Amino acid sequence: MSFDKIRDPRKLRHQIGHMECDYVYTAGVAGERFYLALREDGKLLATRCDKCNITYMPPRMYCDKCFAELTNYKEVPLTGIIESYTITYFDMDGEVLPEPLVLAFIKIDQTDGGLIHTVGNIKPESLKIGTKVKALFKDKAKRTGALTDIKCFQPA
Amino acid sequence: MSKNMKELPGTPLSGKELKSEKVITFKWRPNAKYAWSAGIAYGRFLDELKAGRIIGRRCSRCERIIVPPRMFCEHCFVATDEWVYVKDTGTINTFSLSYLDADANRIKDPILVAVIDIDGASPGVGILHLLGNVAPDKIDVGMKVKAVWKPPEEREGSVTDILFWEPLED
Amino acid sequence: MNIKKRVAVVGAGITLFRRRLKESGKELSFHAVNMALESAEMTRDDIDSVVMGTAPDAFDGIHMKSENLLDGAGATQKPYTHVYVGGGTGVFSPIGGWWHVASGMHDTCLVVCEEKMSPCFPHPQTAFRTIWDPITSRPLNPNLVWIFALEMHRYMKVHNIPKEHIAQVAVKNKGNALDHPSAQLGAKITVDDVLNSEIMVYPVNRLDISPPSDGAAALILASEDVARKYTDAPVWLDGVGWALDSAYWTNRDLYYPQYVEEAAKMAYKMAKINDPPKEVSFAEPYDPFTYKELHHLEGLQLAKKGEAPKLTVEGVTARDGDLPVCPSGGLLGVGNPIAAAGLMKCCEAFWQLRNEAGKRQVPKAETGVCQAWGDLMQVGTVCVFKRDS
Ligand SMILES: [Zn+2]
Ligand SMILES: [Zn+2]
Repeated sequence: MSFDKIRDPRKLRHQIGHMECDYVYTAGVAGERFYLALREDGKLLATRCDKCNITYMPPRMYCDKCFAELTNYKEVPLTGIIESYTITYFDMDGEVLPEPLVLAFIKIDQTDGGLIHTVGNIKPESLKIGTKVKALFKDKAKRTGALTDIKCFQPA
Repeated sequence: MSKNMKELPGTPLSGKELKSEKVITFKWRPNAKYAWSAGIAYGRFLDELKAGRIIGRRCSRCERIIVPPRMFCEHCFVATDEWVYVKDTGTINTFSLSYLDADANRIKDPILVAVIDIDGASPGVGILHLLGNVAPDKIDVGMKVKAVWKPPEEREGSVTDILFWEPLED
Repeated sequence: MNIKKRVAVVGAGITLFRRRLKESGKELSFHAVNMALESAEMTRDDIDSVVMGTAPDAFDGIHMKSENLLDGAGATQKPYTHVYVGGGTGVFSPIGGWWHVASGMHDTCLVVCEEKMSPCFPHPQTAFRTIWDPITSRPLNPNLVWIFALEMHRYMKVHNIPKEHIAQVAVKNKGNALDHPSAQLGAKITVDDVLNSEIMVYPVNRLDISPPSDGAAALILASEDVARKYTDAPVWLDGVGWALDSAYWTNRDLYYPQYVEEAAKMAYKMAKINDPPKEVSFAEPYDPFTYKELHHLEGLQLAKKGEAPKLTVEGVTARDGDLPVCPSGGLLGVGNPIAAAGLMKCCEAFWQLRNEAGKRQVPKAETGVCQAWGDLMQVGTVCVFKRDS
């Protein structure tokens, strides 16, 4: 078509708009238990399905496999193993970060799941898949009931 | 209903509870912005509005003159084949009085909303627009109206280049 | 038409409908599905495929939310489809399920609908801003209620219908909802209450409108041979129909929903219904607004054009009338978590046809019709349910 070369729609007759909505999401029943335990007690909670022998981290209200409702919440260790990681040098807008940021999938001990989080207090070149790490919490006064209540994971 | 189900599941929350410390919530504001290019038919439509005219398209198969214009007829599924100027007068097909703004906030003076069948277009072919210079209780279906345009220097190629439609004096 | 398998409904489930529920969308879906599985005495292993129906993602505020909801719908590692036709989605979702089973592709299909409208601020209406055509409509800063008010006014004007007759729908449906365990707005009200309630967008008053809600519903479909293994009282989904009209809604006459007629004719033909008013024992037409129930009864060929208001005033559509309409309490009474509200109607048909509707039970329920509607006043979706006579 004749407009193939025009990449910016604003160069054509156009209308401008945006999504004006704000959103407030509830964490849900299982999410709320998880985040309250993070904020109030500095603990990690998981749910467990004994029938399927699965421990869900983060906890779920139901078993993905047998579809039973899960009401058995248990505290699990703050430690885990780096299953995979990546190092990012840019922020969301493409600007260079002052320090490279290490993001990892951390399989939490005694569970079948894990968390995506940052890994700190480690030199990027000494990172390894399989490294044991532990959650470092923010001071209680600064916690808000979110994953960022954990400042980062660091070598255990 | 299910024999084993004594109470239906679900945990109601009041607006106040939602704001309390006990209920964990996460907030988000989307930051996506859009520029919708008007396309071929609407592009010309908006250009003509800027010039103070309303333009439609004619389908030579079903003989309809349609506004807003499109490059194809959705009934015959053939390309429409002619630009046709229509008038800036019309008839109120239906109307309402909105005491809600776009976010459902209450407003005191109603927005006067109408579907206006355009003179010169086929019968029943109308556009969504606003009414003005008329008392709400004087508006009626079937009333003749005329477009009130923005001054030419303020027009920007938008349906808002027509400020509103007012009753047409005989 | 080459339909390989007759399709049965064998289970149904539903959550509370409320303005705001703490459960996440996944968790609501889980509850509805779990109840449906339990009522059918099935487990997730018995489900071959899953169809999810949701209305605009912008309410939940999760883009591509059907993927997010997948595990709550019991669909992990199963064939999973998301269907969507705006407000018509709730009755379109069982049609999507019907394709899976009627084609012979799957023996069972679980149909789930979920909606959480509470996350959207300042009001769920805000999300509706973005459904308008960005060039011809959105610059006018419209509110979605505008199009309903315009359509309602056109309908009233063409048939000379007094507002009092339309208000009767709210009285009936909110009254019926008093007996629905999910209901958000069951109430005993009068026509004057409706007429004296706040004018939102003339001629729509506050009590003419269904509320925004959170909720979920589920329905389990099975092929005839498989259904017989689970139940002696299957309900048959014997007719499905859907149709959409042009998005140029200002170029159509709004007084009559032609697209609902097209959808209904398709479904009736399939269900071998020749005389709908005689053969249909109850109906669950879509009632997000009072006048819509009437509009849709006419589109469904259950009332002549302009005569649905009279039937309502005469009590024909009351739960104990000749043609009970919205015995559930409808969206006006039970609530309107959009897609889940449409599927709630199909759940109601299932319970009515199994004589499991308790206080809501209508006498001699043999054939029920459910219908939903949506998008820019352009979609009609219809399901015809029957029981063995
Ligand atoms: Zn399990
Ligand atoms: Zn044509």
